[in-house]
Amino acid sequence: MHPAPSVILFTVLSGLGFGFLFMLDLGVIRPTGLGALPAFAVGYGFAVAGLVASTFHLGKPQRALLAFSQWRTSWLSREGLASVAALLANAPVALGAMGGKAPGLTGLIAAALCTATVLCTAMIYAQLKTVPRWNHWTIPLGFLSFAATGGLILTGIGWPASLMCLILGAVMLLTFSQTDRRFATHGSSLGRATGLDRVGTPRIFAPAHTASNYVMREMIHGVGRKHAQKLRLVAVGCAVLLPAALLVVLPPGLLSAVPALALHLIGALTQRWLFFAEAEHVVSHYYGPA
Amino acid sequence: MTALPPPSAKKLGLVIDLDTCVGCQACVTACKGWNDQGYGAPLSDQNPYGSDPSGTFLNRVHSYEVTPPDGTAQIINFPRSCLHCEDAPCVTVCPTGASYKRAEDGIVLVNEDACIGCGLCAWACPYGAREMDADAGVMKKCTLCVDRIENQNLPEVDRQPACVRTCPTGARHFGDLGDPDSAVSQLVASRGGYDLMPEMGTRPTNKYLPPRKKDPRLDAAPLAPLLDLQATGFAGWLDRLLERF
Repeated sequence: MHPAPSVILFTVLSGLGFGFLFMLDLGVIRPTGLGALPAFAVGYGFAVAGLVASTFHLGKPQRALLAFSQWRTSWLSREGLASVAALLANAPVALGAMGGKAPGLTGLIAAALCTATVLCTAMIYAQLKTVPRWNHWTIPLGFLSFAATGGLILTGIGWPASLMCLILGAVMLLTFSQTDRRFATHGSSLGRATGLDRVGTPRIFAPAHTASNYVMREMIHGVGRKHAQKLRLVAVGCAVLLPAALLVVLPPGLLSAVPALALHLIGALTQRWLFFAEAEHVVSHYYGPA
Repeated sequence: MTALPPPSAKKLGLVIDLDTCVGCQACVTACKGWNDQGYGAPLSDQNPYGSDPSGTFLNRVHSYEVTPPDGTAQIINFPRSCLHCEDAPCVTVCPTGASYKRAEDGIVLVNEDACIGCGLCAWACPYGAREMDADAGVMKKCTLCVDRIENQNLPEVDRQPACVRTCPTGARHFGDLGDPDSAVSQLVASRGGYDLMPEMGTRPTNKYLPPRKKDPRLDAAPLAPLLDLQATGFAGWLDRLLERF
């Protein structure tokens, strides 16, 4: 699949923003008074930046409001609604924190909506039967783990965030092991795609068109697979190992949180780039291996 | 709403005969020609006369080589377009309701005025049937030529999808696949018409007719006896003489 920068930024930044708001909603850290303002602003900032980035890949962004209408069937629509609901639900929590109040029940509701938003984001991809690598329960688990890890790093609480980094690492390795063979083993092939397996073994004789087209550009993207193993090392190293070490070595607080988050983001962006670039769509059978 | 309607009694669709298709691409051209006017945004081209031409098409014809276990290799031309699935995943993923399946005849269409061009429906389609138009920024797909099949201004013979009307070998058939007595349903029944990628659970309306079984491979070349020349007369004597050395 084509790794569009807008979609990579959307999933990584909104995940981080909602992950951090989730931590504030549960009172993992309790900034009060004016101190709550920058904390919530950072959460809102990342979440909104991600949502805005998502509109950059639309052909007709001026109609984006229509995307709130089809929540009954569409995970993309649910994601839109959940994100707006989560942003609204966080307002009373933020105002409460500035007045010195604990998050309480409103915090729990806001936290649930943040979780739902990240889950909906993941389901946009995990629902697609046409991309066997994504059509798996480890994908939502990975999106939720990334959001929780980024959010926990931002709180600056040190070793619990370091522990969450290691959990994320385990989830990443689990996802690689569970999904790497999905495309090869899920059962579709050129023979099934054309039905010509009932005649014999088909192979491609001549392309349908000599120039590229939307389907090839969007869904048959082979660039990422060449350096996939090296990029996975970068992703696990930057998103998991380096921040985990930094968060233990450096004292808790901004001094460790900022460099750890910077490294984590590099790893998360690399992982998300790979998430798209490595994903194989069944339509590629018609065109042959990329 | 992008919820799928209950299955309609009438299911309009195509039956494509892989035995007869010669891969002439006339259906591709006719489709492009009809759909750059009239219904919705015209199918655009980018840099059509340049070094890297590209464009939106709703129908593509691939060519595959298939070798049966007991026969010689054959070329099979394979037209690929929207199959107007009963369980169309492209419809339910749409966040805006632009993608829909017509309740009365099952044709899958895009309301281009509501399409935000997010591309998710193209990702959800196993068949690569949808292409985003780079000029219009909205998703394009086969409409089964809704602006032909119901068009009272056209002579009755032309009230068929452009690809069907133009096919010079009669490899494309249009009709109601929900009616077991229709010509297309009869064709599917008699020729063993099948679904593409049934494992995707899309239940396509369009059916493909497999190539007919060819005669078994000839082990001996039919012209071989003619090549088995025996020299006679002087040439024969010379042949025998030269064999001795």
